[in-house]
Amino acid sequence: MKFDDEPLVPGENLPVRPGHDSPGRLERVLRAGAFVVTAEIAPPDSADPEEVYARAALFDGYVDAINATDGSGAHCHMSSVGMCSLLTRRGYAMVMQVSARDRNRIAIQGDVLGASAMGVSSILCLTGDSVGVGDHPEAKPVFDLDCMSMLNMVRDMRDKEHFLSGRKITSPPRVFLGAAANPFGPPLDYRPLRLAKKVAAGAQFVQTQYCFDIEIFRNYMSVIRDMGIHEKVFMLVGVGPLASAKSAEWIRSNVPGVHIPDHIIRRLAGADNQKDEGVNVCVDMTQQIKEIEGVHGVHIMAFKQEHRVAEIVTRSGVLAGRELWRPGIARDVDPATH
Amino acid sequence: MHRMRRWSVRNARWLKKLYHGIENALTLCHPLFERVGYQRLDKSFLAIEKVTKGLLIDSQSCGQCIVGFTGLSCPMNCPKTMRNGPCGGVRADGKCEVKPEMDCVWVMAWEGNQQLGEKEYPIQFVQPALNNQLIGTSAWLREVRNRKAVDNEI
Ligand code: SF4
Repeated sequence: MKFDDEPLVPGENLPVRPGHDSPGRLERVLRAGAFVVTAEIAPPDSADPEEVYARAALFDGYVDAINATDGSGAHCHMSSVGMCSLLTRRGYAMVMQVSARDRNRIAIQGDVLGASAMGVSSILCLTGDSVGVGDHPEAKPVFDLDCMSMLNMVRDMRDKEHFLSGRKITSPPRVFLGAAANPFGPPLDYRPLRLAKKVAAGAQFVQTQYCFDIEIFRNYMSVIRDMGIHEKVFMLVGVGPLASAKSAEWIRSNVPGVHIPDHIIRRLAGADNQKDEGVNVCVDMTQQIKEIEGVHGVHIMAFKQEHRVAEIVTRSGVLAGRELWRPGIARDVDPATH
Repeated sequence: MHRMRRWSVRNARWLKKLYHGIENALTLCHPLFERVGYQRLDKSFLAIEKVTKGLLIDSQSCGQCIVGFTGLSCPMNCPKTMRNGPCGGVRADGKCEVKPEMDCVWVMAWEGNQQLGEKEYPIQFVQPALNNQLIGTSAWLREVRNRKAVDNEI
């Protein structure tokens, strides 16, 4: 989506419009009422910036914002701060994920200021997976905050212009605040209330865990609508292609919080090309999710299949002809109206 | 110990009343506590709390007790020390992501909240980040002092 006040210099943010909290593209597009697409970028196990640019380029023109994960699955990779620093300079709209697992309140507040200074306009507050599931199970789990107290803290940094200690911030971070949600984890009847609580703590958008069980999700959304939460928060629903029936089995028994129903696994197992079928399932799911009232977009987590994101977006038709930002698009904006 | 935790959550309604009763009774003793000195009393109270709350709810003595909000499930038993509800990793059978042999502390807190029979679920209150300086101090005495401080302001 192109805006008439699109900056010509890559890396510059959009002006903050009245009623908006950030200069970011994600907030702009959501508030403009579009069905939004975000995707998760795979952070490299390397210090080479070219790898980061190449991975981001896979999404050019297909996603509104990119999530930089923060040691997801408790594995060590390039940091979300580093990824965001590189990519915001090229104009990408970044969602910086911040996990409470590895850093305490002093480190996190410093990162929020630093990230905002680098042009990060959206921050996703997470509690994080336990260190035990990662490649450094002997590490010290920090968990000084939880996602809720982190949301509260960052919102106060932005709106009340002070640190958690009460000390003044001279120029507050202009960030759009997000949280994760898992509609598929027990206790299921508490999950809508949990989302309400995150909204009360400061969440303005949520990105959910993978949705493979549309029935559970429909029930969840009907409670969300009854409570009116969908009018207070933008809901982006997690989707992604499964590589095979075997990997789906592995994910559901080893990755915390991912729920995959049997019929999906049977569908994959029965296909000639399981990888393609995984993409088909993802496209179907995306289309079904788009029809649910109160959903504002999808969040694609195509772990190790990032090259198929463009195909998923195109085939599912979720953009409905909308043209998305890509590097260089500003040059197409008519300078006369700029 | 897990069995005791579960029992407490199931009996959350009257245990919460009892808990508040104790706090009320202690608040009446404020003038006495003040004379003796709160600091001097802290160790003894902590010991009493460790025995009683330790037995009933596996209290971890964080010194800023919120079990009134959690249906008597002590959040400090959560391996991620979450104080605001369940993480996304709770197992399908309601067991903890990190310690599969244990019921998720927050699944129990939700059960406990439903037992309370209150109009609004206290679990919905957004708890501030833990104050690490208070760990290992008496939560009861803190509550008494907080109440008195509020009284004095009014
Ligand atoms: S499953 Fe429950 S007890 Fe375990 S870490 Fe998550 S919230 Fe805490």
